[in-house]
This record gives sequence, C-alpha cells and structure tokens, in this order.
Amino acid sequence: MAIMKTTGAFLLALMLWTLPAVAPDAIHAGAAYAAVDTFEFETDEQQHRFRRMSDEFRCPMCQNTSLTGSNGGVAEDLRREIYLMIMDGKTDEEIEQFMFERYGDFVFYRPRLMWQTVLLWFGPLLFLLFGGWLIVGIVRRAQVNKVEEQVVLNEDEQAQLRKLLDTVKDRD
Amino acid sequence: MVPELGQFALILAFCLCAMLGTLPLAGAATGNRLWIGLARPLAAGVFVFLSLCMLILGYSFVNDDFTVLFVAQHSNSLLPIQYKLTAIWGGHEGSFLFWTWMLSGWMLSVAIFSKAMPDDFVARVLGIMGIIGAGYTMFMIATSNPFDRVLPLAPADGADLNSALQDIGFIIHPPSLYMGYVGFSVVFAFAIAALLSGRLDSAWARWSRPWANAAWAILTIGIALGSWWAYYELGWGGWWAWDPVENPPMINWLLGTALIHSLAVTEKRGVFKSWTVLLAIMAFAASLLGTFITRSGLLTSVHAFASDPTRGIYILGFLGLVIGGSLLLFALRAPLMKSEFGFGAVSREVFLLANNIILVVASAGILLGTLYPMVYQAVSGGDLISVGPPYFNIIFVPLMSLLVVFLGLGAVSRWKKTSVAYLKQQLMWVAIASVVLGLVLPLALTLEFSIGATLATALGLWIVLGIVQDIRVKTANKATRMEGLKSLAVAYIGMQIAHFGFAVILLGAGLTSMYSIEKSVLLAPGQSVELGHYEFQFEGTEHLSGPNYEAERATFQVLREGRFVRELHPEKRVYVASRTPSTEMAIDAGFTRDLFITLGDERESGAWSMSLYIKPFVRWVWLGAILMALGGVVAVTDKRYRRLKVKTLAKESDTADKADGYQPTAS
Amino acid sequence: MSRLKLFIPVIVFLAMAVMLWRGLYLDPRTLPSVLIDKPLPEFALPTVELGDRVVGKADLPDEPFLLNVWGSYCLPCLQENPILMSAAEKGEVPIVGVNYKDKLNLAQLWLEDNGSPFEFSIMDENGRLGIDLGVYGAPETFVVDGSGVIRYKHIGVIDYKAWEDEIMPAVAQVRAETGQ
Repeated sequence: MAIMKTTGAFLLALMLWTLPAVAPDAIHAGAAYAAVDTFEFETDEQQHRFRRMSDEFRCPMCQNTSLTGSNGGVAEDLRREIYLMIMDGKTDEEIEQFMFERYGDFVFYRPRLMWQTVLLWFGPLLFLLFGGWLIVGIVRRAQVNKVEEQVVLNEDEQAQLRKLLDTVKDRD
Repeated sequence: MVPELGQFALILAFCLCAMLGTLPLAGAATGNRLWIGLARPLAAGVFVFLSLCMLILGYSFVNDDFTVLFVAQHSNSLLPIQYKLTAIWGGHEGSFLFWTWMLSGWMLSVAIFSKAMPDDFVARVLGIMGIIGAGYTMFMIATSNPFDRVLPLAPADGADLNSALQDIGFIIHPPSLYMGYVGFSVVFAFAIAALLSGRLDSAWARWSRPWANAAWAILTIGIALGSWWAYYELGWGGWWAWDPVENPPMINWLLGTALIHSLAVTEKRGVFKSWTVLLAIMAFAASLLGTFITRSGLLTSVHAFASDPTRGIYILGFLGLVIGGSLLLFALRAPLMKSEFGFGAVSREVFLLANNIILVVASAGILLGTLYPMVYQAVSGGDLISVGPPYFNIIFVPLMSLLVVFLGLGAVSRWKKTSVAYLKQQLMWVAIASVVLGLVLPLALTLEFSIGATLATALGLWIVLGIVQDIRVKTANKATRMEGLKSLAVAYIGMQIAHFGFAVILLGAGLTSMYSIEKSVLLAPGQSVELGHYEFQFEGTEHLSGPNYEAERATFQVLREGRFVRELHPEKRVYVASRTPSTEMAIDAGFTRDLFITLGDERESGAWSMSLYIKPFVRWVWLGAILMALGGVVAVTDKRYRRLKVKTLAKESDTADKADGYQPTAS
Repeated sequence: MSRLKLFIPVIVFLAMAVMLWRGLYLDPRTLPSVLIDKPLPEFALPTVELGDRVVGKADLPDEPFLLNVWGSYCLPCLQENPILMSAAEKGEVPIVGVNYKDKLNLAQLWLEDNGSPFEFSIMDENGRLGIDLGVYGAPETFVVDGSGVIRYKHIGVIDYKAWEDEIMPAVAQVRAETGQ
C-alpha cells in the first residue's frame, strides 16, 4: 500500500518533469495566450523595466490578467505605448501617471497607497502584530500552568520522576 | 430516459444525505445504537448513488446526448473521448457533481477506515459530512442540475469544450485539486464531532491526523499541477498569478499546513486544542469560500464559471449556516477544552505556534487582498481598484521568510522546553553555512549578485542543513548510520521529506524569479539569436496538417557554447472548426533550467516574431511540491495510525514522542 | 471576558458574510471612466468619410453630442447600429464615430452595408486616440458637451433600455446645464 502510493508520487514527479520534454505534441494541445512583441531595447535595464511595468499594469479589457499575459487589442496598444515611453526616457512615475489619467486606479496591480488602501497595505502587518501579541499571551499562560504543574510535584516525586526517566534512557 | 435516471439517483443521494445528516447524529446524542449503526451504510449509499450520477452523466457525454443541456454546452460530437469524459468538470454543474461525488468518496473512506474509532464518534463524523452532502446535492437539484434537458428543440451538435481546456492539465488538475479541497471537510467533520461529543481530548486529533495529511498532500499536488499547467499553457513563463480563484486553494493550503502542525501538537502534547479546532473550521470555511468565489461571479477572474447570483446566495447561505453554526458551537464548547501541559517560552510548541500564526496571517493577508477590491467598490460607490501579484508578493515573501526561520528552529527543538544554548549548539553552523553559501552559490552560478537570490538560497539551505543536522543527531547513538536511519519513525521521515520539499520550492521560486531571462525578436529563417549561454538558430517553418488544425511548425536548433543541445518545434496553429489561432510553445525542460520558445506571427518579409525564455530552476517549484506531498503520504503510512485501538490510546500517547523520533536520549 | 473572546471568530465571520452578500450585487466588470468631466484629448486624425481631410477637436459639434467607438469587427456595434440610426434620422442628438483599430476599406464597407448614423467617423487605426479616451474595447459611447468635455460614458452595447434610461437622460441633463 505504502509502496504503491510512494511509487505513484514518483511517477507523477517523473511525469511533471519530462512530459513537456519527451512528448511535446501530446501535451501542447492547449492555446497559449501570451503575446509576442518584437520591441528592441537599447539596454537590459529598459527591457526589465518594460517587463516589470507590463506585469504590474492590469489589462483593462481582460478578465484578470496583466498586460504581459494578454494579446487583446488594448493590451497590445498599451504595451506599445509603454515601450515608446520607456524609449523616450520617461520615468516610471510619468508612465504610471499616463496610465492613471486614462484608466484610473483599476490598472494598477500594485494599488497606490492612499487613505482608502491603508488597511490593505497595513492590514497584514496588523494581523502579524495581533498574532505576536497572541503568542506572548499564550506563552505567558503556559508558563503559569507550568508553575502550577511543578508545584504539584514535591521533591520525592521529582526524584521518582528522574528515576523513571533514567530507566527509559537505559532501555533505549 | 437515461438522464432522468441520473436525476432520480441525484434525488436519492440527497435523501440519503439528509438521513445521514440527521439520524446518526440524533442516535449519537441519545445513544440509539440502531441509528448510530446507520451511519456507515448510509454513507456507502450516498457514494453509490452519486457514482451512478457520474456514470450517467459520463454516458450522456460519450453518447453525445445533446438533449442534456450541460452536454450540449460542453461537448461536441468531434471531441476526443478523453475530453468527453473529463468535460464533466468542464462547467459549473458537472464540476459541482464531481465535487460532491468526491465528498461521498471521502465519506466512504471514513466509513471503511474507521474501525478503530468508537461507533458513536464515526456516526457523528459521517453525520456532519452528510449535512454537507445534503447541502451540496440540494444546491444541484435547486440551482445547478447537470441533468437538465433542452427539449423539444435539442441542438444538433454541442458547443464544444473550451479549447483552452482540451489538454492533459485539464484531465489531471481539477480532480486532484477538488479531492484535496474536499478532503478538508473530513477534518472539519472530525473537529465538529469532537465538539458535539464533548470528547475534546487528544484522541480526535490523533484520529484526524492521517486524514488531514492525506487531504493536504493531495491539495499540494492539485495546486502544483495547476501551476505547472498554467506555466506551459500561458506561454510567457508565469507559474503563479495570484488570481482570485487561485487564492482560495492557496489560503486553504496555508491553513491546512497550519492545521497538520497544530494537530501534531495537540495529539502529542495536549495543548492548543481549541486553536486546532478553530483551524479545522477555518480550513473548511476557506474551501467553501473558494466554491463561493468561483461559482458566484463575485470577483473577476480568468477561471470563473458563468456567474449567477442565485447560486451565490445559496452557497453564501450554506456557508453562513455551516460555518456560522460551527463557530458558534466552538464558542460555546471551547471552554471545555483545557490544555493539559505547560511549556517553556523556548520550546517546540512555541515555534510551532509561531509558524501557525504566520500561516494564518499569510492566509488573512491573501484573503484581504482578494476581497479588498470588492469592499472598495462597495464603500466608494463604484470605483474599482485592482490588487494583483505585486501586492501579494510583497506581503507573502517576508511572511514566508519568517516562517522558514521558525521552521528551522522548531524542527530541532524539543517539546516542553529547549535551552537557547542547545539551539545555538545545534544551529550555529547551519546559520553561518546557509548565509555564506547563500552569498556564494548564486554568485558562482551566474556571476550576478541579487539580494533575492541570496535570501532564497540562504533560507532554502537553512532548512536543508537543519534537516541534515537533526538527522545526524537522531542517528548519532546507533551503531551505524544505516541502523540509525532505519530506527527513525516513518512519520518523522515524512516530515523531513516535506520540509526538504519546501526548501526545494523556495530555491526554485527564488532563483527562477531572479534569474529568468527573455528576449523578443524578429528572425528570418537562417538567422540566430543569443540568450544567456544559449544560441537559438531559426531554421525555418513548414506547413503541417493536424487532426483538427492547420499549423506552421518552426524548427530551432539550440546550441550551448557551440554544442548542440536540442531541437525545438514551436507551432502556430489555427483550429479548423472554431478558426481560433493558437500558439504552441516548445519547451526543453531540464533540472537546472527550462528553455522555451513562443512563436508570434509571420511578417511580410518572411521573418517571424518570437519570444525566447530561459527559466532557471523553474521545475524545482513543482518538484518541491511533489516532495512535500510525498512527505505527507509517507507520514500517513505510519503504522501507528492503523494499529490504533481506543483502549490502548492512553498508553500509546506516552510513547508517542519516542515513536515520532524525538527520543530524549537523542541529544 | 475570556469566554466572550471565543465569540470573536463567529462575529468576524458574520461580518465577512454580510460583506460577501453585499458584494454579490456589485458588478466588478463595469469600469467607471476617470475621464468624466475632463476635456476630450487633442487629436488630428483622418476620417472614414471625408477623404484626405484631417479632423481635430475644432471639427466636433458645438452642441452636446455622442462619441461612439465602433469597429467593423465588432458584433455588438452591429446590434446597436439601428438605435443610433433612428436617433440620427430623427435628429435627436448628433453622433460622431471613432472607428477604433479598424481598416479604412472594411469600415467603409460596414457603413455601406449597415448605414451610418455618424456625422463622420474619426479613423483611429492604431488605437492611440482610444488609449487617450481610456477605451478598452468597442462599443463604448461618450456623452460630450458643446465645449468638448466628457460628461458621461456608457460601456458596451446600447440597447433600447440603455438609450432611454441612460444616454438620453444624460444628454438632456447636459443640455439643461449648458443651456444648449
């Protein structure tokens, strides 16, 4: 039984690993959606900026994908605009402003920090602080329990316990 | 006629669920042996009738019965047989039937593999699952019946399965994801049964551990398969998109991970009892929430089913009833749960608690990000914002890093109390080595410094070296290394495999994010382009006729430093029936890197646009997930859980520490 | 007190459930336009109908009008065309087209086949004007006042209901406000 499961898992591993390599035709029946642009960049930094910005802007017409992940008409145009602006030497802020003026906050996959998004950006930190406070409380209470527990054992019992533990050790 | 039999079977399944959700629970409450005894046969009955539903729907698909609306919408007479069968989960109604059938499968498993548990407890567990099943089957009958007919004007042929779904990923990803997802309802049922029975000792934790591990392992595989599928399907190298529909399984997985650790503490040490129960409820709530989000059209997602507010209302009502009721029960019964033992401020308990908290915080953060746009829209009166991958990465990465630090500490600590000096002695070299190697290794590999890569490598090594250290210590007092390894408990080995898998994911995710490179170019046949250490030579294209498509197939020679590596054949297809074009990327998968090519369009000059990618270590993301799942499965196979008898439970829990590999003598 | 704490999860959950219930009645797909009450962007583009002539903001009507984004590839545009046609025939409101990401010959053919409700259609072949208008797909319709300020935006196909309940009231309001 155990061997079966283990082997099964390994087979799965093997499959995930090699399927695209050994049988590309068998698995590549699905459609790829990515668009292929042929923008030429002067520097790697420009290319990185382009990729990062296309990743961080949401395609306005699609269900829920970035500009990178869509080959829809608007996404294509917007990528071209971003490319032109990057090559034109525009800063990230200027490009973001360009997008914001036309499509609003909706296009930012990284929401801007404003009072309406304070809870979004600092919520997880608050959760973490709350969690830390919980841990401190629980550990404190556990310490109290332990003190009570220790009180229950008098010295004789302590000695007995030690002896018991020693026997366990010997047995091992 | 046949679909009506399916309809009939569905109604019978509902009736049996309704009985299962009432009689055994009432029996357990009043001590009625007869009613308690009904639980197992009723669970089996539910499974039989839902299996019948599945068979009949499958039969309708195979026979192209387009009078059945669901078949007409999701199949076509030309659809290959494997997709006809799997088209069952290609749409809302069928996938919900499939989901419910999975639930009944888990019910049957509980009925079979629960001989060691007291009958009244099993009756409660199955009763809770019966209530869930009744809710699901009722939902189908009322709002989403897969057997609905289009009569008398049935279409001549079906609308076909979405072409994006006609893929091996679609055959294997939804079943594993659903199975894992639904599996958490078992643990939920155990927790509620424990609350109902008032039997809030460690026993329920021990009974539910193998189930939690199994569900968790399957969910891990399901999520990994989804990521793997997206990676080669999307064609631009993305393997995790933080989509609103991907997030609930992730939340469920994080809570499930917290749960399996918390269950371990509760079982072994008798502490965190109410926390564990709460986690079991939350994990199940996350799976229901996922159902709700996917099927109500609440959030915009690439994978949402057709939206329908009545379905949303129903699921939300069910969610409110089941989860609200459970949390209320929890609030009333939790005071009965007294933690038995104390523990020191530096102890395995505290580290596990810390990690539990981090996992829950991460889940809460993801939930916040997922639902925030909706809340924003409601509050602002219609304005929209988007919360996407940048946000989730910003909150997720630091939390996971913190998690890894505690993971390393927790794994070598002892229960009850560990001295700081001991931890230092154990882990000092691990910490130093992982930081140094974290700095050196990525640099040696790529000659390019990056904080992210250093962090990922150091954290991965912190886990791996911690495992090495711990195994060394645990096997130190045996005559030979081999004998030492053999003496390790199976569950302990499972844990270490899973932790190792987690380290592999960290390394893969970190390195592939940092070091992936890509280039988009226009190449004429005969031209070549360099990317990283590789040279891609474009040989040209040829025309190709597939079974249901026409294609241009390109040939590339990939060279590394002048030596031939592989020939790759990306394609550009046009499907004949739907006339939809599609791009088939070609991947050369490898242990240390993937190379892939996505073909664009042919230009007038005869040149083709194309994107080339090198993704280092991307396979490690899925390999790590498989290792984690394997660890979970190995832990389930620990015989300790099977030879268990109620009477010997008390005795066993004394020796549990030893069996799990944490012998006090080991130091 | 500590017993009351145990009710926190159920309270948090109920609050969330209420929020989700509220969320069911929101449509996450209707994008509001940030360009409302902003002037139309500058442009200088050819038209489908006017041969070589290049038009700009100055050529737009100086009374409230509709700016309708359309394309020959766009099926919903075909659907809303009769409504726009009848409005144009009755002279209810002037309509200017933006022929978005289309080809001239296809656009001309489409207008021949289906009739043109437009004063003229601005040719936005590469979609640049569309971006400046925050368009994300045809059809979209803007209500613009006589001084070239966008006052209302309708996304998607215009059916009779949308025409009666949204577009015309918006036009009427703009007329009332500007006294035109």
